[in-house]
Amino acid sequence: MIRALILIALVALPACGSSANECSPQVSCYVKPKVTVFAAASLQPAFDKIAERLHFSATFNYAGTQTLTSQLTQGAQADVFASADTAHMTTLQHAGLIQDAPQVFAHNRLEIAVANGNPKAIHSLADLARGGLVVVLADPSVPAGQYTQQALAKAGVTVKPASLELQVTAVLNKVAVGEADAGIVYVSNVVTSGKVDGVAIPDSQNVIAAYPIATLKDAQNKGAATDFIGFVLSPDGQSILKAAGFESA
Amino acid sequence: MIGLAAAGLLLFVLPLAGLIARAPWGQVGPELVASETASALGLSVLCSLTATAVALVLGIPLALVLSRTTGTARGVMRALTTLPMVLPPVVGGVALWLAFGRRGLIGAPLYQLLGIQIPFTTAAVVIAETFVAMPFLVIAVEGGLRAMDHRYEEAARALGASGWRVFARVTLPLLRPAIFSGAVLCWARALGEFGATITFAGNLPGRTQTVPLAVYVALETRPDGAIVLSLILLAVSLAILIGMRDRWLGSL
Repeated sequence: MIRALILIALVALPACGSSANECSPQVSCYVKPKVTVFAAASLQPAFDKIAERLHFSATFNYAGTQTLTSQLTQGAQADVFASADTAHMTTLQHAGLIQDAPQVFAHNRLEIAVANGNPKAIHSLADLARGGLVVVLADPSVPAGQYTQQALAKAGVTVKPASLELQVTAVLNKVAVGEADAGIVYVSNVVTSGKVDGVAIPDSQNVIAAYPIATLKDAQNKGAATDFIGFVLSPDGQSILKAAGFESA
Repeated sequence: MIGLAAAGLLLFVLPLAGLIARAPWGQVGPELVASETASALGLSVLCSLTATAVALVLGIPLALVLSRTTGTARGVMRALTTLPMVLPPVVGGVALWLAFGRRGLIGAPLYQLLGIQIPFTTAAVVIAETFVAMPFLVIAVEGGLRAMDHRYEEAARALGASGWRVFARVTLPLLRPAIFSGAVLCWARALGEFGATITFAGNLPGRTQTVPLAVYVALETRPDGAIVLSLILLAVSLAILIGMRDRWLGSL
């Protein structure tokens, strides 16, 4: 029985271990460079578009920035990290996981997401404190949730949320499917969703989110990582981000 | 064979050992008395026990009907019953939305006529937990019913007992081990429920944030707290399992 297990291990292990980039004289192979990007959930619409324009393939792990940060500190393998705030990027820098100084590639601001047509007549953050409204916010552990707390504090509004979601896209979703009357999300979420309307938050109460991007120290494909970041920062990349509701770096 | 058994056991023991080895024991006290922990724990115990109770009330009759149905109807019913077991819980949560949400099949009339909204409530947690956990009870009880010697029921009926009396005095006692093990499985599944809960009921401390959700939130902001919370949930589950064993299982 044990011998059988060892046999299985011997057969299986090399198959797992061999990387796609290993070429030998017997096996000629041309492998397109690949890049693995851990990106904040709010970046998905923009980065999916960017991926179509690359001359190499990109694999994305979209999640709340805080989730990605803990995955990376636990040893997850990735080439590029794109964060929705500088705090989590700094955490990874302190952990010695970031190659070069991160570059801010986009900004985003908050907006109130409401059902199409704004049936509940929500026009400001103060309206969110009204009774009988189902308001969903991002959890304070999520960057969007941090920004939300700051914005509500600036506006001097106390909101009783129905739920504290663990990524900003979940807030958007709950408004989009009609379970929540309102949620605080990024402008980019509203722009790309199409299923919700946005209610602007004035600059005096708003918070501008900065999105930094960096290559990870143990990136497998540093070249592709640099190319990816280069494209994100290029005029083409920036115009895609702009179309997705982001503000330029 | 023993080697494989040991490998199997290791798979359970190693993560547990990891939890215990990495546990910041100094924080167990403060974490235990933290109001968020207490409310998450209370909510977890309350919701999982309620879900198990609901599953018993609905699941035993369902198992009875299943065990007496034959042919295609049975196949279809069984498939429907076991569906939540194979469905990713998050998908289950979305399905619950579409049924009980404000725009759902049942949820829409409920909301429009009575103003009742189920998502984001503690009731939603119980519904989500029952949805994913009840199949475990139904399968166990149905198995028990199939293995049962039905001559006892026939004898009771022949002696003039009514259908209800036969069920209460003969069938249920004979089924006790199956019901018990099904209920324990169901409760355990409900206690650990995460995906359907966070999708359908959301995450709000004190109302819908059960321990698994609290652990997930804590994992990203204060990993030590997450480990302590996990240990607490583990200890509570063990205590309840052992307690139930002594009280209801006796000789088994």
